[in-house]
Amino acid sequence: MMSPLANKTPPPDAGSGTLLQEQAHSLLACPDCDLVFPLPCLSPGEKARCGRCGAVLMEPKSHGFDYSIALALTSLLLFVLSNTFPLLKLQIAGREQIGAIMTGVHALYDQGFWEIAFLVLLVTIIAPLFRIISVLYVLLPLWFGRRLLGAAHIFRWMEILRPWAMSEVFMLGILVAMVKLGDLATIQPGVALYSFAGLILFMAATDASLDDGAIWVRLEDGA
Amino acid sequence: MMEVPSTATALGLILCHDCKRLNDARNLGAHGLCVRCGSRLHARKPESLARTWALTLTACLLYVPANVLPVMTVLMTGRSEADTILSGVKALLIGGMWPLALLVFFASITVPVLKLLVLIFLLLSVQMKSHWRPRERTVLYRLTETIGRWSMIDIFVIAILVALVQVGALATITAGPGAVAFGGVVVSTMLAAISFDPRLIWDAMEKPHEVD
Repeated sequence: MMSPLANKTPPPDAGSGTLLQEQAHSLLACPDCDLVFPLPCLSPGEKARCGRCGAVLMEPKSHGFDYSIALALTSLLLFVLSNTFPLLKLQIAGREQIGAIMTGVHALYDQGFWEIAFLVLLVTIIAPLFRIISVLYVLLPLWFGRRLLGAAHIFRWMEILRPWAMSEVFMLGILVAMVKLGDLATIQPGVALYSFAGLILFMAATDASLDDGAIWVRLEDGA
Repeated sequence: MMEVPSTATALGLILCHDCKRLNDARNLGAHGLCVRCGSRLHARKPESLARTWALTLTACLLYVPANVLPVMTVLMTGRSEADTILSGVKALLIGGMWPLALLVFFASITVPVLKLLVLIFLLLSVQMKSHWRPRERTVLYRLTETIGRWSMIDIFVIAILVALVQVGALATITAGPGAVAFGGVVVSTMLAAISFDPRLIWDAMEKPHEVD
């Protein structure tokens, strides 16, 4: 389904020179190598790749905004569950210790490691939550044909924060920590561990369902 | 390449970093903001080489304390034991958990080293205006950009262990200064990858190769 695009844009007329914004609308540039292409006509599920460097240029999605909204709402619910219930329970010498994501941030802060405490807070709580809420803030109004104040800014930040939302990496960290503690104490998974596993799946599905190109066009056209 | 490819820059257009809209470079507003999303426009990421070098060198410096200093200290029944990144991998290996040991070794040791080497290689190749395999170098860049975040595993393991194992003198785990340095390595390599502009690789291709 991948069609490498050929760079067929004619060079601008040396005489006339100016390219109008209108024309810029029907063109597409590769973010990785700057090559310009005429906007391709793709059906949902197809992918346009840059013929020169292989970057994905366009990837229209088959589902509408309602699909992404449903996934984001589920993610939000799972996010709340994951952060209110205990993630793991540790039994050691008759004592029980309960751990959640915030417990780790607190403990690091209390030990004087505020840098790591902040980093963990940012990548496991702030960035994922901001991204989930942004999807809802931008898409819900668009679905009703409206656009809320600052929607473009919010959506921009959602893209910027993409690499900093690391819930799935955290899940792997939980796995390694459980194994490390295995012969030291008894570990019991808490409710939040299951909701967290679900959260990762739904957040990935939300990301995969977002049609960035279409959302930007809608945001520009004033919904 | 036989014909001169038409790039956005050659056509007098600037691609917005954030929303990917093409803006007319000659009709920019007073502040040079994208007409669609309002982010500041640059034909290439600003000061890309200088910023990427600075962040890559910072990561190289932090890499030493990250591996030498303990990332956490385990206090068990009166005895305290300091763990470094590498000794953590060793402990998993001794415990017979070799798939997990391999995973942690890959995420905490292989990925940061590879990332630093790739970034330095890309920076040098751009500065030397290399014409060597631009497509492969671009793919290498994209890979570096995506894989970096997985190095955070060790930081998360520390956060979870520190949260759970707080049973006074019986068993207590505290974070160590190595963890701060390691977090610094991960963050600065991620920022370095974000600051690098892969289009610089292709800009060099459009100029004739300089013969030494």
